[in-house]
Amino acid sequence: MANMVQAIRLALHYGEENLGVKEIFGEDVGPPLGGVFTATQGLRTAWNSPLDERGIVGAAMGLAWAGFRPVAEIQFVDYIFNVIDLLKLAANATWTSGGRYKTPMVVMTPTGSGIHGSIYHSHSFDSIATKLHGMKVVCPSTPLDAYGLMISAIKDDNPVLFLKPKALLRVKGEELIPGEPSDEKELRSMIDAPIGDRSQWKPRWPDVKEYAIPIGQGKISKPGADATVVTHGRLAPVALEVAKAFAAAGTGDVEVVDMRSLVPYDWELIKSSIKKTGRVLFLNEETEITNFGEHLFRRTVDELFYDLKVRPRLLCGKATPGIGLSPVLEYAIVPQKTDVERALRELLDEPA
Amino acid sequence: MAQSSVAVSGGPFGTMDKALLLKIHALMVRARVLEERCIKMGRTGEGYFWIGGPGEEAFNVSLGLQVKKGQGPRYDYLNLHYRNSATLLAMGAATIDSIRQMRTVATDPYTKGRNFVNHYCVPEWNVVPVTSTIETQYSSAIGTAIANARTPGDAVTIVTGGDGGTAEGDFHSCLVWANRPVLPLPILIIVVNNHYAISVPEATQHGEKKISDWGKVFGMAAKTIDGNDVAESYAAIQEALAYCRKERKPYLLEAVCSRLHGHSSASGANRVNEPDCIAIFEEKLAAQGIAKKEDFDKVWTQALAEVDAAHQQVKKEPYPAPDTIWDGVYFESLPSSYPRKGGS
Ligand SMILES: Cc1ncc(C[n+]2csc(CCOP(=O)(O)OP(=O)(O)O)c2C)c(N)n1
Repeated sequence: MANMVQAIRLALHYGEENLGVKEIFGEDVGPPLGGVFTATQGLRTAWNSPLDERGIVGAAMGLAWAGFRPVAEIQFVDYIFNVIDLLKLAANATWTSGGRYKTPMVVMTPTGSGIHGSIYHSHSFDSIATKLHGMKVVCPSTPLDAYGLMISAIKDDNPVLFLKPKALLRVKGEELIPGEPSDEKELRSMIDAPIGDRSQWKPRWPDVKEYAIPIGQGKISKPGADATVVTHGRLAPVALEVAKAFAAAGTGDVEVVDMRSLVPYDWELIKSSIKKTGRVLFLNEETEITNFGEHLFRRTVDELFYDLKVRPRLLCGKATPGIGLSPVLEYAIVPQKTDVERALRELLDEPA
Repeated sequence: MAQSSVAVSGGPFGTMDKALLLKIHALMVRARVLEERCIKMGRTGEGYFWIGGPGEEAFNVSLGLQVKKGQGPRYDYLNLHYRNSATLLAMGAATIDSIRQMRTVATDPYTKGRNFVNHYCVPEWNVVPVTSTIETQYSSAIGTAIANARTPGDAVTIVTGGDGGTAEGDFHSCLVWANRPVLPLPILIIVVNNHYAISVPEATQHGEKKISDWGKVFGMAAKTIDGNDVAESYAAIQEALAYCRKERKPYLLEAVCSRLHGHSSASGANRVNEPDCIAIFEEKLAAQGIAKKEDFDKVWTQALAEVDAAHQQVKKEPYPAPDTIWDGVYFESLPSSYPRKGGS
């Protein structure tokens, strides 16, 4: 099965061939590297830009206004902070123009912790991203979801920030992308560039098919009756693993809601799950002060207070200025599997 | 006024013909009268903040008349700042629309009452949304210029901004991207130098001898001109646009202009004593025997009547309804579960 970078590459290839994508660019995005995580390797329309995030986002905005459907990359989300004002402009152009300008652009960027990335390769951006109203924000946790969300992002007439969880980029999927060869070695030989000289290399693209996951649609990755965990990105498979272990041990039936889209988000799905279980944990790796999960928390209290059996919970990153390199520090700052286990245990065990 | 297309050969106007000169004059006057009205509306509480282009009419009209106007990458893109009212009028915009924007009425075609005056947006003419954020248009111009570069034809991107803003990174991003060896961009990079950024004199913050000297770093075409002079502006824009259109390369044009009403209404927007491009132009037109004082008076009277009528009309137009705040958050309509209450 394809891993997430391969899935993104396949979606971008599909976009080049079928959805009018003509410009895919960013730092090291073109040959020979094809992106520092190889998400753009072998793509026909991928090119290298100057080392200039403002130029990259500005170029994407101008191209979008000119009716192109650009896909731009910010190499790490940690380096997106110097373009927040431009992202805000991309996000508000439709509104300020009274609905007359479309801004169909995708900005993709690796996000979050989990690769021992220290202070500038571990950041999350969810809270700020979700305050750029007019921008859509997605964050997949599986290769197939990444494929389907990228196709929807390309087709969308609004700017879409596509957050790629760094820790999941090399994780293989459990579902085939439509058109993907079933032998993963074959896929690798077709679309992964060789090590060393690759100047003569050309990818052989499988005939992948359209598969779009609507932006704004979450999914239940494991149904459950006793408690709900609402999460996305790197922590979605962690929550799923814990929920499955609890189920196997007969110690709790947890429903896992993978948001996939942060804005707009699937409130109906979240709401119906919480109504069913009466217990909810919001789980993400952003820092605690003004966390995006706090918004969901507040809405839960406002709209579902009388459906709750126990107080809702938020498990998220500590409000430190950065994420330390030593694993001891990283694990102390960002939620890990044991933290998720503990939080879900407490949620399940509290008497109603 | 009788118009003829006889070339006024030689003299201060070079090859510009009489009809063109009189057309430029009328547009400059309309733009001035319009801005003066907007300033007044701000003072009398009929509008709020004012910022605009009195003093830049010679350059801005000359620019607007030479735009290849249309929609899509086969036409010029304009990434403008907030002093380009005369450019818009020269392209064919109606004075009434600026008055609408100043009064924040629902009929404001640029922003539906959402943004300051002179923050235009005209998709049909490739005028991308003007924003208050200084210099960001030099970043978006990279993108529209790539679109032009990728499209067969002679269309270019035009970007305008002030001298102060050139200290921002976006200006330098624009220069770097416009001069990439793998894809030079057909882009006319304009800086209107009025020697001030709000209250801060250029001379106290900028050691560059001329802003156009930035072009030297790249070996690119660049020039500084007197933007208060119609003929010089028109010819320089003509030359620069012809170069960008044919060579598919960038051109840096610095136009030195007056700022006749200060920075904005925040500093009172009172008339200051700097050279007035319209007065200069009228003097030259008269000296060349192209038009007389009575002709000018007619143009001013006509512009005033037009703006008066527009103003009276706009007074009758409704303000936007509160529930329009949800229009255009996304290009399509909002999902029903989007939070809309503003809290609990
Ligand atoms: C990024 C940003 N910083 C500051 C401001 C506030 N501001 C508005 S206009 C201005 C001065 C601009 O000067 P200049 O670029 O010379 O253009 P001018 O207004 O003189 O035409 C400033 C500082 C702003 N709008 N945007």
